[in-house]
Amino acid sequence: MQRALQAIANRIVIAVPFLWLLVFFLAPFLIVLKISLSLPAIAMPPYQPVFDIADGVAGLWAGVREFTVDNYVWLTQDALYFNAYISSVVIAGISTLITLAIGYPVAYGMARASSALRPILLMLVILPFWTSFLIRVYAWIGILKPEGLLNTFLMWIGLIDEPLIILNTHTAIFIGIVYSYLPFMVLPLYSSLEKMDYSLIEAAKDLGCSETGAFWKVTFPLSLPGVVAGCLLVFIPAVGEFVIPDLLGGSRTLMIGKTLWNEFFANRDWPVSSAVAIVLLLLLVVPIMLFQRAQARAQEAER
Amino acid sequence: MKSLGSIRRSFAPWADPDAKPYISFRNVTKRFGDFTAVNDLSLDIYEREFFALLGASGCGKSTLLRMLAGFEQPTSGQILLDGQDLKGIPPHRRPVNMMFQSYALFPHMTVEKNIAFGLKQDGMPSAKIAERVKEMLALVKLEPFAKRKPHQLSGGQRQRVALARSVAKRPKVLLLDEPLGALDKKLREETQFELMDLQQELGLTFLVVTHDQEEAMTMADRIAIMDRGEVMQVATPAEIYEAPASRFVADFVGSVNLFEGKIANRDKDIATIEGDTINIRTRNAGDVEQGQKAWFAIRPEKIKVSSKRPANAEYNAAEGEIWDIAYLGDMTVYHVKLPDGRVIKTSSVNSARVIKDPLTWNDRAWISFASDAGVVLTS
Amino acid sequence: MNATLSRFNIVSIVLGFTFLYLPIVLLVIYSFNESRLVTVWAGFSTKWYVELFSNQGLLDAAWVTARVAFISASVATVLGTFAALALTRYTRFHGRTLFTGMIFAPLVMPEVITGLSLLLLFVAIGLDRGFMTVTLAHITFAMCFVAVVVQSRLLSFDRSLEEAAMDLGASPATTFFQVTLPVISPAVVSGWMLAFTLSLDDLVIASFTSGPGATTLPMKIYSQVRLGVTPEINAVCTILIAVVATGVIAASIVNKRREVQRRRDEQEAQRANNIAFGRNT
Repeated sequence: MQRALQAIANRIVIAVPFLWLLVFFLAPFLIVLKISLSLPAIAMPPYQPVFDIADGVAGLWAGVREFTVDNYVWLTQDALYFNAYISSVVIAGISTLITLAIGYPVAYGMARASSALRPILLMLVILPFWTSFLIRVYAWIGILKPEGLLNTFLMWIGLIDEPLIILNTHTAIFIGIVYSYLPFMVLPLYSSLEKMDYSLIEAAKDLGCSETGAFWKVTFPLSLPGVVAGCLLVFIPAVGEFVIPDLLGGSRTLMIGKTLWNEFFANRDWPVSSAVAIVLLLLLVVPIMLFQRAQARAQEAER
Repeated sequence: MKSLGSIRRSFAPWADPDAKPYISFRNVTKRFGDFTAVNDLSLDIYEREFFALLGASGCGKSTLLRMLAGFEQPTSGQILLDGQDLKGIPPHRRPVNMMFQSYALFPHMTVEKNIAFGLKQDGMPSAKIAERVKEMLALVKLEPFAKRKPHQLSGGQRQRVALARSVAKRPKVLLLDEPLGALDKKLREETQFELMDLQQELGLTFLVVTHDQEEAMTMADRIAIMDRGEVMQVATPAEIYEAPASRFVADFVGSVNLFEGKIANRDKDIATIEGDTINIRTRNAGDVEQGQKAWFAIRPEKIKVSSKRPANAEYNAAEGEIWDIAYLGDMTVYHVKLPDGRVIKTSSVNSARVIKDPLTWNDRAWISFASDAGVVLTS
Repeated sequence: MNATLSRFNIVSIVLGFTFLYLPIVLLVIYSFNESRLVTVWAGFSTKWYVELFSNQGLLDAAWVTARVAFISASVATVLGTFAALALTRYTRFHGRTLFTGMIFAPLVMPEVITGLSLLLLFVAIGLDRGFMTVTLAHITFAMCFVAVVVQSRLLSFDRSLEEAAMDLGASPATTFFQVTLPVISPAVVSGWMLAFTLSLDDLVIASFTSGPGATTLPMKIYSQVRLGVTPEINAVCTILIAVVATGVIAASIVNKRREVQRRRDEQEAQRANNIAFGRNT
């Protein structure tokens, strides 16, 4: 009796979250896929065919035969979408590299700090992660705009005579992404650097390596798992980013997350935005799988 | 009756053919995937026995313990406790308790609550629990620490709490997984004797897993030497040391010199072994036959080192050179190199403070031993 | 790794943290600006805070957000803890790979995709958009974060604690509620806090899945931010930051205290033991 209860409890622990994710995570993707193959309609919901269980299998089949790849053809015909995809990947890629360049020295410094200081520094890196993303992006508007704090300051110290135009340019997006995602880069880097045995570097130096030589030949290669994890954690969400290009990039910036949002909210074209989402997902499948593999490996290592 | 080593007490149910074993492992095998942790193992343990499983890490001793506790199921074979087959009984229904290597004290409960945990599960009335807990605290001398949490205790105190918790339910068998492994040397030696006293006092059957031979020798009535999932020998500590069953056991417990040779002659009770550098005559030959390959195993302290040629040097003696000396205070270890290059370990007790004319490096020296100082092994 | 800090290390830490914190500090400072012009400092004032509390729309949004965050964090904590247990305790079950994928993917999934797909699901099953749908959406992505937090605690969990409980006669259920859960509870609590703030902060997913009656605070802020930087928004943001920062810092101080107390106790115990032992011998 009790064993039966135990077996049921085990089932529940697996089944409840599993079913939840099937319904609210996997099923929605299938629906996105289905709608991306549908035609827009002036109705609610604004697409057709609409499946109804009452129609039975025959109705389903009739609906399936109405599927069309028009939306995808449309994506290839309008250069807007292609450019948006390309520029999303380029912007996310450049931002990731800048984040790495800024994040690595910070993580390295943190890992070398005294054990009393380390938890405080770690806390300081995590803290912004808890504060609203929207607020952190918004804070930069006041700094970067032509009459904003940065320009006021630079003109006050006499470095420039005319305000720099930063807001509504790619530079502003880079700043926004680097700023928002820096903790995601620093944390995995820090955890891989912190684990490292400092005597390895001393051994390298003892064997005749210079300080920089020891860094590039010992420290950096050993921190590569952290580098990979950090870059993926920044790159993947940055490609689909909406808030940063919308608030800091202005109307001329093309990024796919923003395009999807506009397609959906402004044009109310659900089928096309679904197609955009599917293509974006395909674009990210490889990095997401890399990320999962890295996670699984890290988990194995911890066992 | 002549006996090996020193006898602990007259308790020896294993020698009684009518005695019923309390715990029986019958042809037990345990596989984890391709790895065989325990291989067709059979073993009997008697009531009130202090039994030790001794072996290197990965030899299957912990797996054996965990199968008895119910955390692992045997792949095949049978485990009986007091005549009852334990198959299918979950851990929380088994009348055995375990003291874990990590102590596994519940960090969020006080010492008191930890000790009471098992009693509560049995639905014992709370007044009775309180009484038993008090009794247990007194037993391990931890009364002032009842309200502390595990992290507020030292390693030795934690070990006592773990012990008190595991005996509180008066289990039929107490399983101890490396019970002293986490203590420092001095504390360990002291605790060994305490454990033995406790076992006597409670009259329980103790089954202890350890990799520390000194610990096993000190505490156990009998020891099972394990290697790669199999039992190599089950015997009293003295038998294990003085009459090992194989070269593996001889080498595993303590230090040993092995002389290889062929049985040249076998009389009624005397065998002669001919080797490259030394010929041995011994009474402890078991049932070896003429022409068989054999090893003579002898402990270092049973070899005498001397600068003079012994009286009868034809057998059980050889000349060599002092190769290394280690002065350890209570004794001195000499390594003597024989002409064939083999180094023999010997040790002599320093019964006097000053030695006249001591042996030193590169001296010529004779080793010699009595005819019953070692045993002949064939495997 | 432990070594002395070089000048380079110190400079990079200082610059890195300045970069992380300066914008937030400026935002907070300018929320106390007398002037409506964001860049001109015209003296200290709390008038924008006073104005906030007469803005009914904003207060409504804050109330919606708080309720959504509380409910979704609580449900997500239960589901996420289950998921973490499933991931660490049951190494073999059908669809484990799929399950693991569904736990980790939402962590990096662009929010626009998650939001769009959930919205389409709600439309397809005919669920009216509103409070309920936002909450369901938040539960879904927050439970994955909870799962990761709890899972990492479970991986370092000493299984012999559970074995000891069972060995002493506790049934698996008793073992879970009396031993496992109390020991991992700090991770469960921080999972809840993470889920709560994620829900509190979310704009994109809420925009997709919310309906007319259920505007959340980030949605409200976003619609006003599009119109430009205003001191009121600075004030709202400051309050939000203060709430979250207080929570996080308080939690970490409590943890730290406990840790310090623990260490002191341990040293105390060791010293007492040494004295007692010294007397014995």
